[in-house]
Amino acid sequence: MVKRLFEKLYLLLIFAFLYAPIVVLMAFSFNESKSRSVWTGFSLKWYEKVFQNSEIMSALYYTLLLAIFSAVIATIIGTISAIGIHSLGKWGKKLTLDINYLPVLNPDIVTGVSLMILFIFVKMRLGFLTLLLSHIVFNIPYVIISVLPKLRQLDKNIYEAALDLGATPGYAIRRVILPQIMPGVITGLLLAFTLSLDDFVISFFTTGSGVTNLSIAIYSMTRRGVSPEINAISTLMFVVVLVLLVVVNGRMSDEKTASDNH
Amino acid sequence: MKKKWLSYPYMIWMAIFIVIPMALVLFYAFTVKDGESVRFSLANFQKFCQPVYLKVALRSIMLAFYCTIGCFLLGYPLAMILASKEYVKKRMLLLLLILPMWMNILLRTYAWMTLLEKNGLINNFLGNFGLGPYQFLYTDVAVVIGMIYNFLPFMVLPIYSVLVKMDHSLIEAAEDLGAGRLTVFRKVTFPLSIPGVMSGVVMVFMPAVSTFIISRLLGGGQFSLIGNLIEQQFLWVGDWHFGSALSIVMMILILISTAILNHYDRDHDNEGVGGLW
Repeated sequence: MVKRLFEKLYLLLIFAFLYAPIVVLMAFSFNESKSRSVWTGFSLKWYEKVFQNSEIMSALYYTLLLAIFSAVIATIIGTISAIGIHSLGKWGKKLTLDINYLPVLNPDIVTGVSLMILFIFVKMRLGFLTLLLSHIVFNIPYVIISVLPKLRQLDKNIYEAALDLGATPGYAIRRVILPQIMPGVITGLLLAFTLSLDDFVISFFTTGSGVTNLSIAIYSMTRRGVSPEINAISTLMFVVVLVLLVVVNGRMSDEKTASDNH
Repeated sequence: MKKKWLSYPYMIWMAIFIVIPMALVLFYAFTVKDGESVRFSLANFQKFCQPVYLKVALRSIMLAFYCTIGCFLLGYPLAMILASKEYVKKRMLLLLLILPMWMNILLRTYAWMTLLEKNGLINNFLGNFGLGPYQFLYTDVAVVIGMIYNFLPFMVLPIYSVLVKMDHSLIEAAEDLGAGRLTVFRKVTFPLSIPGVMSGVVMVFMPAVSTFIISRLLGGGQFSLIGNLIEQQFLWVGDWHFGSALSIVMMILILISTAILNHYDRDHDNEGVGGLW
């Protein structure tokens, strides 16, 4: 009985620790005054301010542009590469996957500075293009990791059967292989999209003047001092990412039950 | 299906965007500028061995260490409680644990800024009792709190996944043989959960030691952690050679941690968590 009570209390305290900052952050985005500790009344004015802030709006534009382009490009390159990697020999596959894993394993700051060195070394001007390339670089590994298991589940004979029935290799991949690995491809796409949306460290090192994403904009705002506008963007971003991840998660567990039923 | 050639473009891509950048970091780390040309040198690593920089490295390791201890002390009981719950409750609590991780790390850290600042909520609350205001923000304590807050789930999940798969009959056997609750924990439960604890320790330590956002937002001073030092060298000082050497040091730290992780992780996959990630 005492143990039960203690457990409940402990859970309560831990979850208070985990959620208090977020709840406070969100609550004060609706606060009337600039104060972040005294409640003075409900208002949506910080949300209005966010939408009028040209710096934030331009950052939002770049964030979405980056997330969409990098996710789509990474998914295309990643899926094609995964099909190739899948048919590599044992050693080639291991080496390729090990190198592919490097950006996942490396601390973001190391990936960030190494890409920055590369871009400056080849005299590319840091800006949207370098930012986009960097996002594609760290997104592809995740796409490959999501697609490969689907390829492993694939029946080896299906592709051959399609060829026997007169399909060209390109047609067979498009109409036979692709539909079967589609769940993995979509998961990879959504994962890449979310990662790109969320990235700060790598973007921070590979962007140039004039181009910022939301994370960088928030970072520079916090350096200047805290403002309820940040609370408002936080709330919006949290809700958007939450919805996205619920979708990804739903997909993943759907697949899990689907493959369990096999 | 023989489509090997489809992977060749990506191999070139990897060479350009993964291998060459790493090689460049290595190149810069082991060279110094000598007038117009560059020459091989270990001077950057010697520079790292100066007390000022060693202190920063030591500080990063110490703060990451405190964070790891904190996560362990808070996380182990939580993992035990989670593992003992029935299925539906378990899944819900796990989801609640992971939910905050879906918020951008900058925002999660920023949330603590607003709580800890001089006229923030915590000081306001303490003020009601005539206490404070205290300087929480821009101290090491704030950095460690921020780290624990951000990385706690990384400790809980691996421990939980070991505990939940543990053979319950072992505990019953120990009880039948007359062991008290504490003895069972000390002699059976805890030793069996060591692999999970080790994974958790590494998974918390790695991001904690390489962070620069948390220390930048919550910590005082410019040179607080090794990550800040790297940022400083590349963005403000412009000494790529020293910055690269520091990156190599950090990579070595991470590689050692990963090796430890692989050693303990070989025979346990994160079941029950897989659905969420």
